[in-house]
Amino acid sequence: MYAWQVALDHIPLFLTGLRNTVLLLVVSTIIASVFAVPLALVLTRKMPVAAPIIEAVSYVFRGTPLIVQVYLLYYGLAQFAFIRTSVLWPWLREAWTCLLIAFSLGTCAYLVQILRGAIEAVPHGEVEAARAVGMTPFQTLRIVVLPNAFRRALPSYENEIIFLLHATAIASLVTVIDLVGAGRNFNTIYYFTYEGFAIAGVIYLAIVGVIRLSFGLLERRLLVHLRRAGI
Amino acid sequence: MDVLADFLPIVLRGMLVTVVLSLSAMVLATAIGLVGAWARLAGSTPVKALALIYTVVVRGMPPLVLMLLIYFGGQTALNAAADAMQVEPIRIEPFTAGIVSVGIIFGAYLTETFRGAYLGIPQGEIEAGVAFGMPTLTLARLVVLPPLMRLALPSFWNIWLTLVKACALVSVIGLQDAVYAALSIGRSTREPFTFMLVVAALYLAYTGLSDLVFRRLGRHLARGTRAASV
Repeated sequence: MYAWQVALDHIPLFLTGLRNTVLLLVVSTIIASVFAVPLALVLTRKMPVAAPIIEAVSYVFRGTPLIVQVYLLYYGLAQFAFIRTSVLWPWLREAWTCLLIAFSLGTCAYLVQILRGAIEAVPHGEVEAARAVGMTPFQTLRIVVLPNAFRRALPSYENEIIFLLHATAIASLVTVIDLVGAGRNFNTIYYFTYEGFAIAGVIYLAIVGVIRLSFGLLERRLLVHLRRAGI
Repeated sequence: MDVLADFLPIVLRGMLVTVVLSLSAMVLATAIGLVGAWARLAGSTPVKALALIYTVVVRGMPPLVLMLLIYFGGQTALNAAADAMQVEPIRIEPFTAGIVSVGIIFGAYLTETFRGAYLGIPQGEIEAGVAFGMPTLTLARLVVLPPLMRLALPSFWNIWLTLVKACALVSVIGLQDAVYAALSIGRSTREPFTFMLVVAALYLAYTGLSDLVFRRLGRHLARGTRAASV
């Protein structure tokens, strides 16, 4: 219990960790979502050349550990002289850039599959109805297909965000002070072995709770028309 | 290319650690998952509550944090216990710690998998078995297990892939796996990208091979059932 008492003296440390974890989570989620929508549309249209390439890249990202992808960028890129001399190097050598790239790409690979499934699950009759009332293909997409697909994708989207939250702990391995990093710094101050990680773990639990609660409320609002009578 | 050939065996040996670790951890996780699902479904109220807390807590924390917690916290607890009993403390080997922590983490996910699969079995089938006077073990083996395996497979498959990828984190508790090997070789040869790319390719081969095995297993378990035709 001693650890929890002295932890109160280090609230700013854990707040810094919390801020960095949340920042990684939110920025990666936004970037991944922005790219996932057009890519999923390419997949559902089964566009030649582009669709198989997206499918293959998504498979590679889903089949390799995220930590390996992060290490490839953070430690690996310095191997190439042309990258070290490029104008982008001041950014690329930063752990933050590597983490955001890896997390966004890795999450995008999953979101593409989730969205593809959700778009394909939109009843064809709704698309026909939209066309019948004279909507253009783009209007059909914007007003009928995508809102419908986003709602269907919500539960999987929630799971994916929680997995991404778990994955952001990797940031602590490449010098970023996220929640785990804060826990480790806390341990070093007091020669603790695990207590800092326990505190970080409890904060992660709370974040998961907040995510689940928000999605629960969102689903109640957005999926109200799918709720069965009497429940 | 010579450098790659020289150091490849070390990376491959690291990958062997990953393969053995992931398979052992999956066996442990499956055992924990089955017991956990039983506890969630049929345990007394306190057992049910314990099982629920276990799945909620473990599935809410990052695997990396849990590994560190179980490894360092477990060692501290063992030391305290040894002190109390005045015996020489046992030192946890990283490999054992790896299997135990990965097993405990994914046991929580599998608990939910098996619980869901059990709830998917038509209750009448189990009642029919009871009505026949089947002993519990026979009932479990002949009536519950076959559909349970079929219904649990898609989620089991997913969790296996997640487990394999989580095994890439074990170098944080001192295990010398493929990631660890690639990092240290990359540092000394100044070719970190090459060796990390080899590790990525090895993982891709491992997950690809798992997909093949699970696809065959799925066909085997689905024999005698008919898929819904859309």
